[in-house]
Amino acid sequence: MDMKTIYLLIPLAPLFGAIIAGLFGWAIGRRAAHCVTIGGVAVSFALSAYVLNHLLSGGEAFNGTVYTWLTINGVDFNVGFLVDKLTAMMMCVVTFVSLMVHIYTIGYMQEDPGYQRFFSYISLFTFSMLMLVMANNFVQLFFGWEAVGLVSYLLIGFWFKRPTATFANLKAFLVNRVGDFGFLLGIGLVLAYFGSLDYATVFAKAPELKDTTITLMTGHTWSLMAVTCILLFVGAMGKSAQFPLHVWLPDSMEGPTPISALIHAATMVTAGIFMVARMSPMFELSDTALNFVLVIGAITALFMGFLGIIQNDIKRVVAYSTLSQLGYMTVALGVSAYSVAAFHLMTHAFFKALLFLGAGSVIIGMHHDQDIRNMGGLRKYMPITWITSLLGSLALIGTPFFAGFYSKDSIIEAVEFSTLPGAGFAHFAVLAGVFVTAFYSFRMYFLVFHGKERWMEKGHHDHHHDDHGDDHHHGLGPNDKPHESPWVVTLPLILLAIPSVVIGYLAIEPMLYGGFFDGVISVNHESHRAMEMMKEEFHGPLAMVTHAFSTLPLYLAIAGVAAAYVFYLVKPSIPAAIDRFFSAIGVRKVLEEKYYMDHLYINGFAAAGRAVGTVLWKVGDALLIDGLIVNGAAKLVGFVSSAVRRVQTGYIYHYAFAMIIGALGFITVWLGARLGWFGPEVFQWVVGLLYPQA
Amino acid sequence: MTWTSLNAWVAAPEIFLFCATCAILLLDLFVSDAKRGFTHWLSLAVLVVTGALLVRGYHAAPQYAFSHMFVADPLATLAKVGMVVGVALVLIYGRSYAADRGIFKGELYSLALFSLLGMMVMASAINLLTLYVGLELLSLSLYALVALRRDSVESTEAAMKYFVLGALASGMLLYGMSMLYGATASLNVLEISQRLMVEQSGNPLLATFGLVFVVTGIAFKLGAVPFHMWVPDVYQGAPTPITQLIGSAPKLAAFAFTIRLLAQAMEGFTPEWRSMLVVLAVLSLAIGNLTAIAQTNIKRMFAYSTISHMGFLLLGILVGNVVGYSAAFFYAVTYMLTAAAGFGVVMLLARQGFEADRLDDYKGLARTHPWFAGMLLLVMFSMAGVPVFVGFFAKLAVLKAVVDLGMVWLAVFAVAMSLIGAFYYLRVVKLMYFDEPEGAAAPLSGCMFTRVVLSLNCLALLGIGLFPNDLLLLLTNAVEFSLPI
Repeated sequence: MDMKTIYLLIPLAPLFGAIIAGLFGWAIGRRAAHCVTIGGVAVSFALSAYVLNHLLSGGEAFNGTVYTWLTINGVDFNVGFLVDKLTAMMMCVVTFVSLMVHIYTIGYMQEDPGYQRFFSYISLFTFSMLMLVMANNFVQLFFGWEAVGLVSYLLIGFWFKRPTATFANLKAFLVNRVGDFGFLLGIGLVLAYFGSLDYATVFAKAPELKDTTITLMTGHTWSLMAVTCILLFVGAMGKSAQFPLHVWLPDSMEGPTPISALIHAATMVTAGIFMVARMSPMFELSDTALNFVLVIGAITALFMGFLGIIQNDIKRVVAYSTLSQLGYMTVALGVSAYSVAAFHLMTHAFFKALLFLGAGSVIIGMHHDQDIRNMGGLRKYMPITWITSLLGSLALIGTPFFAGFYSKDSIIEAVEFSTLPGAGFAHFAVLAGVFVTAFYSFRMYFLVFHGKERWMEKGHHDHHHDDHGDDHHHGLGPNDKPHESPWVVTLPLILLAIPSVVIGYLAIEPMLYGGFFDGVISVNHESHRAMEMMKEEFHGPLAMVTHAFSTLPLYLAIAGVAAAYVFYLVKPSIPAAIDRFFSAIGVRKVLEEKYYMDHLYINGFAAAGRAVGTVLWKVGDALLIDGLIVNGAAKLVGFVSSAVRRVQTGYIYHYAFAMIIGALGFITVWLGARLGWFGPEVFQWVVGLLYPQA
Repeated sequence: MTWTSLNAWVAAPEIFLFCATCAILLLDLFVSDAKRGFTHWLSLAVLVVTGALLVRGYHAAPQYAFSHMFVADPLATLAKVGMVVGVALVLIYGRSYAADRGIFKGELYSLALFSLLGMMVMASAINLLTLYVGLELLSLSLYALVALRRDSVESTEAAMKYFVLGALASGMLLYGMSMLYGATASLNVLEISQRLMVEQSGNPLLATFGLVFVVTGIAFKLGAVPFHMWVPDVYQGAPTPITQLIGSAPKLAAFAFTIRLLAQAMEGFTPEWRSMLVVLAVLSLAIGNLTAIAQTNIKRMFAYSTISHMGFLLLGILVGNVVGYSAAFFYAVTYMLTAAAGFGVVMLLARQGFEADRLDDYKGLARTHPWFAGMLLLVMFSMAGVPVFVGFFAKLAVLKAVVDLGMVWLAVFAVAMSLIGAFYYLRVVKLMYFDEPEGAAAPLSGCMFTRVVLSLNCLALLGIGLFPNDLLLLLTNAVEFSLPI
């Protein structure tokens, strides 16, 4: 099998599964539906691993077109693949996590009537994501970008009978539209100034256009590169949920937990990070854009972490932690440490998928009660979930030797070395973020797995449901005992826990300092020295751990864990007191309202939009368009239609009459024109009307 | 004149088809009604052989036969291949329909094959006489086919109208041809062109006079407004397979016919006939699309939709250069396939005593027959010109040629009319997918072979839409090789 066939097979295998399960799921049944989709993704994963191995053992990167859809004015719209190490790494992560989630879903969605549909969607998602990461041009990137957005929309609203789910999926879709609008404008600028949509051509041409300026409003000129990159990054802000376009991600937790793990933690939301890393040859040319990226990332990393502290829904805690971690990745992009961002993307994919799936397992054990205030002491009942979740949390907060430690510490170090204007703020944000992350992660961990078994003492109150669209009993009764989940659920947890622990130790040296991304990611080492300086200081993964004991982040993490331990296991009265204090000064309210972002969007932009819309609707639409144009046109069409029907009498002499009149008309006009009956002016006028340019 | 100078091999496909059709006509007399399948398969076999002969005889350079009465150039050959496919589809889709209605007779086959012969002669004729003979052979066969259900009032009425109006149009065409002869003293297309354009020896006034009548005749064949009145009545009244026959393959013949008469013979008069075609195209697009909306009968709706599609075909031709002709050729070929598929689905749903020709018969089709509802959806999307489907690329090619000519207003008008047209195509989709079915699910007629061919036909609309370039290139080359420009 030649490599091109393999590259084609990788995305097509999940697509095949999705089509079979989606269109014929009703006929083949549940078992066959999950077999075919899991089979497709397994093939895809095996081939991705083969491709990665091929590249690691010195194979050539592939960049080629497989299909030309159409060509307009010399611009090709191709389906093409660019498979280098960055792509191969993404392909492996995507297919591996997807495979785990597929298996997990067998257990999680067991009782759901939309079983086949769900499998079809997640396979379709895998296809779309693979198309996105394997693209070698902007059009296909945009296709994948929109396709993952679409599947995300479908999956958030998977339980479409619940109003909250449809609200959430609409919100996700609309917020992403804002980002995608910027993204599309960015692509448009690329097309306009580079004359091509092919990555290789665009990147090769980028240095030439470094100093080009454009005028968007008269009197102001901007650097082309800065505007293009910022617009592209606006797309990333939508997809990767960066402040201020982050509002959709917490709500997306309305979807079933497996997709929260796959789409809203491990893969889709990292598409923005991947895209910026892919575009590194362009971003490197604009410090303005990088600074913008850095500040946005820093804000997201810190402020979204704060929100994690006050959440009580187990999935929302993990969701805010995802936002914060995406912020870290963005910060790394901002300081030109693209490889570090990609590295954190990978480690995060593993441990965050693990945490989500662990949360899902807890939710199954708690009979779809998601409120951590009702949990506690689950350690005894769900040992595998407990251990794996602990490992995931340790990886997240950056415990030495765990995956998250290497990637996160590298980010912090890279920010320290950066000389961009925003680096000072970013450094503070990522440091403070370490404490916050440790605190909310272990707050959740302690509340869920340790302490008193609170479901026994509390009745039902207003908790969030991850229900299945019907009204069966939720939560555990006082006398129930949670049970460990079946093996299809725990197996993925175990398989994800392994890379969450070891991948950082194994991969940091080759990925960051071993030339893994040579020729893929480009960094201007003269003006952006962070990576160079880190390389000088790096003496192996072990030395990094010993070095960590002399730096701040490790102690901040320990402090966070300790604080969580004291607050939630030893002295629960402390958080209550703090809570009262913050409530009194209004901070609590600000956090509960999520910095009023939703408020701003819904009551500000959306309401204003609706107000304008109402006016336009009443005056423009209802009166002018509907009343005059649409109904007028419809009336006109109806009038013409019935008039012609009246002419169509069915009498043969009427038909013959029409033909003869037509022929007579033709003769009169054209013979007349030749004989000059109408005078030259009329003739010229008609010619001018018919052929404006002749 | 010797046998070799006739160069008869060039016409081998036509000669074979003629002999085979005569043989079928005779053989069928000895076939009982119960064994009519024999005639059916034999006819299909004849079509396959004819097609093979055509493909084998493909030459890039035009080949003349019968002292320049007949030409086999790439344009004619490809058009003929298209017609053979079109007629084969008619026979395949129409079989069970014909059997249910007592018209599964030898006449159906011999007349259909003779009409094909007429079309092929039309495509290959390079002399006004051969052109006319081909046209008459086609027309006479079609008149008889429309009246094949002798006991049906609708059919006989349609046949009568078609015949009378057709005779009128033939008369006009013949009159126009005689004027051309008068103006140039030649019946040969290439000589006429030579005299009018290069030598300037013809009488321009007389030629214009002739041109008007020739265009009238062409407009009748294509069904362009105001010479379209026969189309709805004939489409509705004829048995559905015959409607399919009228609506598909002859459009290719009419295209070739138009190219011979206008692009080749009257090349020197391009501005004149271009402006005539502009009028015809504008009227056809407007009347066709606007009136189709008011129809409740799907065959009648298809009739008006054909009128509007012929408007598009005329748009391509009126551009008057290779780009325009190849766009129009592409349009004709793909329209032939699309129309065949549309009628194929109609016939599949029809059964004894039920024509499936009311729009209401399509309500809830997606519930009762999801696969063929999907297939009809492809047809409707393609006709409406939704991107990715072949109809989009056909329209795009034509519009591009028109815009390149500088007639942006015409392109805008055509797009606006297509938008109106999209309404009635999508209404069918709406009926199929969003309405409740009326009554219980009826069984489909047609054997597995028919269904597979029909499905492939419909999927081809998507397939060609995904890879339009190969076909477009083939047709462009054919036009380039055939027209000495």
